[in-house]
Amino acid sequence: MRKHLGILCAVSLALCFGAGTLRAAVPDPEDPWPELARDIFKGRPLVDGTGVIAIEMPYRAEDAAIVPVTLRTMLPAGDTRAVKTITLVIDQNPAPVAATFTVDPSVTMISTRVRVNSYTNVHAVAELSDGGLYVVQTYVKASGGCSAPATKDTQEAKANLGLMRFRQFAAPKPAAASSTREAQIMIRHPNNSGLQMDQVTRLYVPLFIVDGVRVWQGDQLVLSMDGGISISEDPNIRFAYRPNGATEFRAEARDTEGHVFRAAWPAERPDM
Amino acid sequence: MRQLLGHHLLLFARALSITIALLVNIDRSTGLTFWSYARAEEQFSLREIAPGVYVHLGKTELMTADNEGDIANIGIIVGQELVAVIDTGGSVRVGARLLAAIRALTAKPIRYVINSHAHPDHLFGNAAFAQTGATFVGHANLPQALALRGALYRDAFRRTMGARLIDEVEIIAPNLTVDGEIRLDLGQRVLRLTSWRTAHSDSDLTVLDEATGTLFAGDLLFLRHVPVLDGNLRGWLAALDELEKIPARRVVPGHGPVADWPGALADERRYLQRLAQDTRSLIAKGVPLAAAVQSAGQTEGLQWQLFEEYNRRNATAAYSQLEWE
Repeated sequence: MRKHLGILCAVSLALCFGAGTLRAAVPDPEDPWPELARDIFKGRPLVDGTGVIAIEMPYRAEDAAIVPVTLRTMLPAGDTRAVKTITLVIDQNPAPVAATFTVDPSVTMISTRVRVNSYTNVHAVAELSDGGLYVVQTYVKASGGCSAPATKDTQEAKANLGLMRFRQFAAPKPAAASSTREAQIMIRHPNNSGLQMDQVTRLYVPLFIVDGVRVWQGDQLVLSMDGGISISEDPNIRFAYRPNGATEFRAEARDTEGHVFRAAWPAERPDM
Repeated sequence: MRQLLGHHLLLFARALSITIALLVNIDRSTGLTFWSYARAEEQFSLREIAPGVYVHLGKTELMTADNEGDIANIGIIVGQELVAVIDTGGSVRVGARLLAAIRALTAKPIRYVINSHAHPDHLFGNAAFAQTGATFVGHANLPQALALRGALYRDAFRRTMGARLIDEVEIIAPNLTVDGEIRLDLGQRVLRLTSWRTAHSDSDLTVLDEATGTLFAGDLLFLRHVPVLDGNLRGWLAALDELEKIPARRVVPGHGPVADWPGALADERRYLQRLAQDTRSLIAKGVPLAAAVQSAGQTEGLQWQLFEEYNRRNATAAYSQLEWE
């Protein structure tokens, strides 16, 4: 991935100076996406995902370390296909694959927070139950000032390692589908992206991230995430799902040092 | 008054002569042109706010190629024997101008370069002091903060300010770190350095000149320039209560004018409290992060400069912290 760093300045300059229109007409030789797509999806064809999946991010990353991203499944009612996985790719990040979500067919929205290093395209690729890959993209301007995609508070981040919280929200109003609700899983973890020995300070920061999260509604696996270094500190996933009548939610998170964190919470009644 | 004016004129004349002497040197050794250096020198303002305490006020702007990163306040404290510098500006050019200005003020050795925290607008000028023999001083967390962020900062600011200004930036880690409190003696003049728990950032360090009661608060205090949260909101509010107890007479904020102490804390405290209150209420209502940051703190908008540039970012950090309460 190193090679992407080298071309990063050229790409962002081009974007700054309005080469956007030019990009639309002629494929940009510096655009890392065609090669990324080939590597990540093993050369399988990707088709326009408009109407299948949607991605929402702010045009400008306000805080480079915490950029909200929301993914929505858009398949119309009656479509026999379902979304199986969604892969989130931040093209210009050092490790572009931010996460892959595997979802239950009832999950219609996933929202999480990512680190954004630079001006970048962000792609979401949905794999449907028929095996097709559908892609949508958005563009994010890097944040300015002293904002860095790094941990703000290194001590606090370690203090409550693995602590999990679960929140359940009332159905959105107006309810999109009458039975849909939202919930949020939060995990305390520094999610250090890791770096080589720093030449100036002689410090070495090891890779230390949550690389797997799973959430069950009763015995039904609702959502799982295989995450990389672009997921923000204190990984946080909010999602819309259809209650199945289970009385309990469970979650499990594992990190790159082999810790496994588990917790369970009573499901709130649907009418709450 | 006339005496004071005369004194300043004398200082100015001395500054001019020493500067010119320096220019010739610099010209020969580094190839910098007389013109560019003279122009830079012209723009570097210093004000003596208490005997032996000088301040350069940065512009209330984002770092740009035009302002060469000269956006943060810088302090110089001259003791009987030694000189300390507090922060070095947002580019090596600013640092070099600062160094020239100090040389114009005094021939005493620059013993300490104190970095108030890890942000680029305060320490990208460090490299200008690399050959002075000064000891670089910072918070005990500063080495780690620089390891995590140094390269990212250089990349980000190379994009926005250009390679010309940023390629010469070197990230210099402190060789004296502060965990708690230390005193530095400049000769008949003692500086008290205090490290803070995560507040504005996780490497905030303050400097109190005990002789004149002048507090250099770094970015623990913003005036006029909207406060920027890159640390911990609750930690910052708690730090303000502690900070207030420091027996100072005046304060030099990281950004904004020199002000009376501790009255200068009021605006920032009000802003941070408003941000915390709004954010807590949005979290309680279940409003998601992306929507919450559009409204939290907005009623403070008319009170601050650069509000649009930073408030949503502050709200983002605030939300991600307060939702754990």
